[in-house]
Amino acid sequence: MSRIVIDSDKCKACYLCINECPKKLIKIGNKTNSLGNRVVEFDDPEGECLGCAMCAVRCPDLAITEVYKG
Amino acid sequence: MTVQVFKIPDSFKKDVKFSFCPGCDHGVAVRLVAEVLDELKIREKTILAASIGCSVTLYDFLNVDSIEAPHGRALAEATGVKRARPDKFVFTYQGDGDFASIGLAESLHAALRGENVSAICINNTTYGMTGGQLGPTTLLGQVTTTSPTGRNLEYYGYPIKIAEHVALCDGTAYSARVSLDSVANIRKAKQAIKKAFEVQLQGLGFGFVEILSTCPTNWKMTPSKAHERVRDEMMKTFVPGVYKDVTSDGLTRRMR
Repeated sequence: MSRIVIDSDKCKACYLCINECPKKLIKIGNKTNSLGNRVVEFDDPEGECLGCAMCAVRCPDLAITEVYKG
Repeated sequence: MTVQVFKIPDSFKKDVKFSFCPGCDHGVAVRLVAEVLDELKIREKTILAASIGCSVTLYDFLNVDSIEAPHGRALAEATGVKRARPDKFVFTYQGDGDFASIGLAESLHAALRGENVSAICINNTTYGMTGGQLGPTTLLGQVTTTSPTGRNLEYYGYPIKIAEHVALCDGTAYSARVSLDSVANIRKAKQAIKKAFEVQLQGLGFGFVEILSTCPTNWKMTPSKAHERVRDEMMKTFVPGVYKDVTSDGLTRRMR
């Protein structure tokens, strides 16, 4: 199953990845990280993620550290 | 079977954390450089000449040998390093104020001499680190902290088109302008960086890539609005494309 791994300590809350995801699986979460940013969450209950890695290519801060396709 | 399609490039230091502002495209550009160093397997023989500007802490991120150049003089230092150690891979990573204003003489003369080095210039139409002053690439009409009524032609003149100027130099082997406004253009940017690095490895001459980037903090925009500005305003003046490529058969072709 395709999935992404988010390192929430690196997220600076620019939210560019949210617009990039073709399935809209990335959402603004309720948690804040050590920088005080409201970080994004990966929410994929039905296994829709394509593993296209567009979110990771867009992320300017390497916060999406791994993408698995399969 | 699950395959990993994205990982943090090996050319970064362990647990790297960028010091850039939220949404700044510098992070994407640095990652593309690291990915290309990985793909060409040249990390261990690379020497980086970092510059002054937002790119000043690049040696904290990339796991390569590096020297820090004074304002604008990155290509002068890179020239010395490459002439002393021709077996090494030498590249510079500069901003537009550093490359095209403070260090324009060093930059263009490195291209004219045909130095066998590579240069990457981040064009965000402003002096980002010092607080958004008017730079050499500031667009006509753009409001900055030192042009509060917008850049007017009578007082400030025209913005410089760096990729075209570098392409006019006879020593240049490759000159291109790319953008980072969308994922498709990020992938094209990576191809251009790879090409600029390859011409050095083949000993053909000066390789140059100008990268259109955003500065959401000093433009006072959200990161996604800043990308719209790149698409709607910057790419009209600074048209992306390959302006010189000696490895193609003498023809200049546009990448769009």
